[in-house]
Amino acid sequence: MSLLDWFANRRKTGSISAERRVREIPDGLWTKCEMCDVLTYTKDLQANQMVCLECGHHLRVDSNDRINQLIDQGTWTPLDTNVVPVDPLKFKDRKPYSERLREAQAKTGMQDAVQTGLGELQGIPVALGVMDFRFIGGSMGSVVGEKLTRLIERATAERRPVLIVCTSGGARMQEGILSLMQMAKISGALELHREARLLYIPILTHPTTGGVTASFAMLGDIIVAEPKATIGFAGRRVVEQTLREKLPDDFQTAEYMLHHGFVDIIIPRTQLTKTLAQMIKLHQGK
Amino acid sequence: MAADRRKIVLEFEKPLAELEAQIGQIRQLAQETGVNVSTEIEKLEARAAQLRQEIFNSLSPGQQLQVARHPRRPSTLDYIQIITDEWIELHGDRRGFDDPAIVAGVARLAGEPVVVLGHQKGRDTKDNVARNFGMASPGGYRKALRLMDHAERFGMPILTFIDTPAADPRLEAEKFGQGEAIARNLQEMFRLSVPIICTIIGEGGSGGALGIGVGDRLLMFAHAVYSVAPPEACAAILWRDATKAPQAAEALKITAWDLQQLGIIDQLLPEPIGGTHADPPRAAATLKQALVDNLAQLKQLTPDQLRRQRYDKFRRIGRFATAPPN
Repeated sequence: MSLLDWFANRRKTGSISAERRVREIPDGLWTKCEMCDVLTYTKDLQANQMVCLECGHHLRVDSNDRINQLIDQGTWTPLDTNVVPVDPLKFKDRKPYSERLREAQAKTGMQDAVQTGLGELQGIPVALGVMDFRFIGGSMGSVVGEKLTRLIERATAERRPVLIVCTSGGARMQEGILSLMQMAKISGALELHREARLLYIPILTHPTTGGVTASFAMLGDIIVAEPKATIGFAGRRVVEQTLREKLPDDFQTAEYMLHHGFVDIIIPRTQLTKTLAQMIKLHQGK
Repeated sequence: MAADRRKIVLEFEKPLAELEAQIGQIRQLAQETGVNVSTEIEKLEARAAQLRQEIFNSLSPGQQLQVARHPRRPSTLDYIQIITDEWIELHGDRRGFDDPAIVAGVARLAGEPVVVLGHQKGRDTKDNVARNFGMASPGGYRKALRLMDHAERFGMPILTFIDTPAADPRLEAEKFGQGEAIARNLQEMFRLSVPIICTIIGEGGSGGALGIGVGDRLLMFAHAVYSVAPPEACAAILWRDATKAPQAAEALKITAWDLQQLGIIDQLLPEPIGGTHADPPRAAATLKQALVDNLAQLKQLTPDQLRRQRYDKFRRIGRFATAPPN
């Protein structure tokens, strides 16, 4: 490699990590909060589950971090990691869907936008699904639908509570009607889980919108949200277009949803694992 | 009314409209002059019929969308009027709302009591404003669920008619829980143990359609469409250009034929040439026959069998691969 190539490469990787620093887990020593601009030692921020020590803002975390935060070390068994997406419609907009999938897979190391598995939460056996917004905006296509359905079916068979950490822009348009139908499929699996009198708790994180809101996000026995998370069905801009006046500032936030009766409780991330354990125990007669 | 009807000519129907105008002129001329032109008119009319068939047999997805949204296309209430022996519309979600974008009630179909419900678009501008162009609010979905529960209680099959561009996206809809209302229906429709037949009569727009679209059978008229998102919205997001809606309509695979290929619908209902609005009584007869036939089949099943088959039907939907383990 020539020195010039080395410089060119360095510049490229430099720009990628700069973008990462803003949008994903930072790898720098210090991290600036996107809300209050205060610089925090990254390890302290991570120890606080990426919740700003200064202002309490919840920075975005990926599905791996979520699993680490919720599940006891050494108890996680991933499920259906071999279920991978295809391009059923040969969809192409400005870019072929197959290419978008490859890019997202390379960027995240995931096959699609959800991880599912079995594990223990403070010693309680649970079935956990975690969506990942980095993968095409956490959109729900056939793989997300299939993996969540299998997870719920498994939980019903093993009499486990289901937890799903939601974050999604909605149904994945590139899989067309197949994506829409996943909403029904997952809701059907949840109905059987409910009839077995088992507990389901969705955890709505920033952002939870569209088809996910209009299906499993809103079907919890108890619905939990993270502070300030955007939660809604129609996109804010779409709603705005139907109005002459400005939308209220807190429109489609976790707090707005709580105020209007569609969320049970807002739990800061640092309290989440503990509170979930408490909730589950209360419903298992323990 | 008849003169009115002529005014609505879709872009791709223009050659046909011109030909028909020509026929009209010749007829008028013949009347005025007393010249016999019947053979010529016959020829021209045969050509018009052929042209109409050609046009409607080769519609692009974007054109199908226009037919599905045709202002004269028969609506839920039109079909109910024609196909039922009796019909009593019922109102309200018992939570403070009665959404006119969804109509619901009890009816008799071929002698059998049923619950019928569906999206209702307006018949004119004023009606459309009142019915919000068939875009249902949370109250609409809750009214639908209330009447579906009613059907369950009295052992009546449920017929739903889908015809909506999308769920109501306004502030009030969000405030009263549009997401929750649709989600609840998806789940509850798997609980019900009476037969459910859903028919897409016009436009099936995303979650707004699915909110009354979980059933044992999914029927669809040939020129109806069913889409994960309105093609305009899809174009605005993926192409960053709402005028690319025809391309989006093509890419999204929204036609009845596509949905049959994808295994989503169970039965494709043929339309009169020119669309259901060209001959509403005939379209209604096709619909009625399909409903009666499917109901007869579903009535053979026990409630448990019905629920299991409904679950399995949706359980199978999705396309993915299974990678070899690493």
